[in-house]
Amino acid sequence: MSASTVTQKSTAGPATAPHTLVAEFASADALVRACEQVRNAGYTRWDAHSPYPVHGIDRAIGIRATRLPVLIFLCGATGTTIGVLLQWWTNAVNAGVQFPWVPTFLQGYNFIISGKPYWSFPANIPVIFELTILLSAFGAFFGMLALNGLPQHYNPLLRLDRFRRVTDDRFFISIGLDDPKYGSATRRLLEGAGAAAVEIADDVKESAPPRWFLRAHVMLACFLLIPLAVIAYMRVDKQSQPRIHIVQDMDNQERYTAGKQMANDVFADGRSARPKIAGTLAREDFTQDPHYYQGRVGDQWATGIPMYHPELQRLAGGAAEVNEQLMRRGRDRYAIFCSHCHGLDGAGAGRVATYVVQREIGFVPPKSYADPDVLVRPVGHLFNTITNGIRTMAPHGDQIPVADRWAIVAYVKALQRAQAATIEDVPTEQRSRMTQPK
Amino acid sequence: MASIVHDRDNTIETPGRRAPLVTGGHDLHGVTEVVCRVAESRSAPGAWYLTMGVSAALLAALGAMIGYLFFEGVGVWGLNNPVGWGFDITNFVFWVGIGHAGTLISAILYLFRQKWRTGINRFAEAMTIFAVMCAGLFPGIHIGRVWLAFYLFPLPNQMAMWPNFRSPLLWDVFAVGTYFTVSLLFWYMGLIPDLATLRDRAKTKLSAFLYGLFSMGWTGSARHWHRYERAYLILAALSTPLVLSVHSVVSFDFATSVLPGWHTTIFPPYFVAGAIFSGFAMVVMLAIPCRALFGLKDLITLRHLDNMNKVILATGLMVGYAYTTEFFVAWYSGSAWELFAFKARAMGPWWWSYWIMFSCNVFVPQIFWFRWARTSIPVMLVVSVLVNVGMWFERFVIIVTSLSTDFLPSAWDTYWPTWVEAWTMAGSFGLFFFMFGLFCKFLPMVAISEVKAVLPHDAHAGGAGGHGH
Ligand code: HEC
Repeated sequence: MSASTVTQKSTAGPATAPHTLVAEFASADALVRACEQVRNAGYTRWDAHSPYPVHGIDRAIGIRATRLPVLIFLCGATGTTIGVLLQWWTNAVNAGVQFPWVPTFLQGYNFIISGKPYWSFPANIPVIFELTILLSAFGAFFGMLALNGLPQHYNPLLRLDRFRRVTDDRFFISIGLDDPKYGSATRRLLEGAGAAAVEIADDVKESAPPRWFLRAHVMLACFLLIPLAVIAYMRVDKQSQPRIHIVQDMDNQERYTAGKQMANDVFADGRSARPKIAGTLAREDFTQDPHYYQGRVGDQWATGIPMYHPELQRLAGGAAEVNEQLMRRGRDRYAIFCSHCHGLDGAGAGRVATYVVQREIGFVPPKSYADPDVLVRPVGHLFNTITNGIRTMAPHGDQIPVADRWAIVAYVKALQRAQAATIEDVPTEQRSRMTQPK
Repeated sequence: MASIVHDRDNTIETPGRRAPLVTGGHDLHGVTEVVCRVAESRSAPGAWYLTMGVSAALLAALGAMIGYLFFEGVGVWGLNNPVGWGFDITNFVFWVGIGHAGTLISAILYLFRQKWRTGINRFAEAMTIFAVMCAGLFPGIHIGRVWLAFYLFPLPNQMAMWPNFRSPLLWDVFAVGTYFTVSLLFWYMGLIPDLATLRDRAKTKLSAFLYGLFSMGWTGSARHWHRYERAYLILAALSTPLVLSVHSVVSFDFATSVLPGWHTTIFPPYFVAGAIFSGFAMVVMLAIPCRALFGLKDLITLRHLDNMNKVILATGLMVGYAYTTEFFVAWYSGSAWELFAFKARAMGPWWWSYWIMFSCNVFVPQIFWFRWARTSIPVMLVVSVLVNVGMWFERFVIIVTSLSTDFLPSAWDTYWPTWVEAWTMAGSFGLFFFMFGLFCKFLPMVAISEVKAVLPHDAHAGGAGGHGH
């Protein structure tokens, strides 16, 4: 144990100078005891090395507790903050409207999903939690490396063959030759403390990296800038060709074009240009037959029902004038679409109307069709009322086919006639029934 | 000194004496030798070559299947309405679950000062990383338009379009991403001192360069160890809630939906217990061949396996308890849909998968009540394989039965995987074993410096009895 060897290593490589004194110990206990002695002797630029963390060595060397936990806490707090702000900004504020100065690519967008609130903390906790952990872990790992000065791929100690056993089964103390206390006594101190061997590790004198190494790095850095430069150029450049479309998605699909009159086996008739579906209106229908479709003749309301139209004739059972069949159709549609407001008799006391009047909901009840204003309306105007609505009455054009609207108009006319009727209008043989006492 | 008998069989509990964590009387150098021998020898056991060959072939199949999937679209899988999740998410949850044992062993057992973890933590952590890689693969490829996968992340873009942070699927991205990153850091940090050992023993230039590069110039300095241990402890403290959160978040994918059989608050704890259960089974399954093939029986001792089998038994009981509670709550809730969903699991068209799950996870591990079973290699090999089968089926049962028979009978339909899905799953095992094989051969499989720290103190004082027994 006491017989120590002192060797000065000479290598054939670059010029070297002594750098660190290294003493080897056989056991952890010996190391801890020696450390206490070195510390008591007042050395400052020294360290101990062991294959595993030795119990009690921190005290023996006098290592102060690391500030790493504080660093990790700060990293974690940053993670929490990022988690909160990221989610709030991207999901909970409409940054485009509230903060128009923010560039588009940084703007958030508060979109509604399943009616959930934009900002509901329980739903945001998982991401905040994970980011806190992630950044704390970065703090722990990279903070440990940074405080330890790692990576440090060159270390004079590693030039010593003997020192290689530090990761296997030997324990070492290294004292820098630049330690103010370093002197001839140092070696004796270590030997006295039980060192199995003491040796000096050399450092290469010329520490500047070779020229080619620098050049290679400059070139590499330049090459790495190329993609960035291309991206920057592409962002300001204008191209006449569309961008390269690698993934087509569904942008360019095969399709049947009507203009080319392509055969199509999807339909029984083999045509890809499809005929008009019954009931659809072409734009020109409105201009070509305004009487039937709009109830207008020239710039006046039409005064007659357009019985020339085949659809109306179909409702009238083929007849070219208003007949009972058309009236029955009209009464039928009227009962469905109008009576709940206007009442079956057209006097304006439908269920809806009476209900809202009772409840004082603020609904204007419909006038009676016998109202003098309404009595004088031409049929074209009535047709237009059904189609487009009037004042507070909503349009019904999208619910009732055109021919049916005309049938309703005919029926409304009949109701008006009935509302404004006198005893003269009743056939003579029926009059006695009307005057009978109840 | 301990008697030879005790050294051989450290599963025997003798009052007044601690069972050794390392058998065979190794000193510091002996431990180095045992572990580094594997990485340093120029050849490997025949079984290693065989495993690598088979898993490389499966890995190639995985590549082919993924290529085919990307080219043709997700239609090559058997997914359709109403079963929109099948093998893909089953495998995802299965692999994430496997990944939980590593961090549990390295972090939670570390905080509880369970020193026996040093023999197996490295290996379990490596397993975690490869399992999480396999797990991350599946959601990644199942999204349909993979070239838009970056939408998963909150990247600034001209469309002002951001992920929906109120969705558990997005929480998954953050949870699994964080878990992978933190596990990798934790694992790599543990590796640094051991890589330095390999660097210092390196015979070839290439290995000296590579091990040197990754060991970052570690010299075992006491000041470095001080910060290193602090960082390690804090990482362990961070990983512990992390590991619990990850599988909880995975379970939210199901629990926050309204589907009968998914919409249950028991899911987070039940998923975490299941994850630990399957993860430990996987560690045992991998440890058995590795310790035999690479001569690590002195470091990964029978006592380690015994302990892990106890964890399997305990978590297996928890899982069984959860299965029963689910049924009870389905009945007790009075919700007809819920009760129906569970009856359909046990007695519906998928009854066989339910009963594979139940028997493998609840009945089979009961054998570990017996010491002879916990210390018998063939028994634990069979049990660990069956537990993994059972845990795979657990995810399958949850996903497929609930999706295939939900509220409206008119919407019910069944699911059957296509050959592409089957090969993708086999391929994920190829990826896992391939990576694990590389790890076994080229990296220290056991945490050398940590084992040295728990060696009995007097074994290395004064360099007792030569090197390498
Ligand atoms: C939802 C209730 C409601 C329905 C249904 C309804 N109306 Fe009206 N209608 C009204 C109201 C209210 C007015 C009075 C509008 C006003 O004075 O602001 C009105 C007014 C009218 C007028 C008088 C317009 C004028 O020239 O002053 C006519 C004619 C008329 N409706 C016809 C119809 C016909 C035909 C139908 C069936 C297709 C119909 N209404 C369906 C509520 C309704």
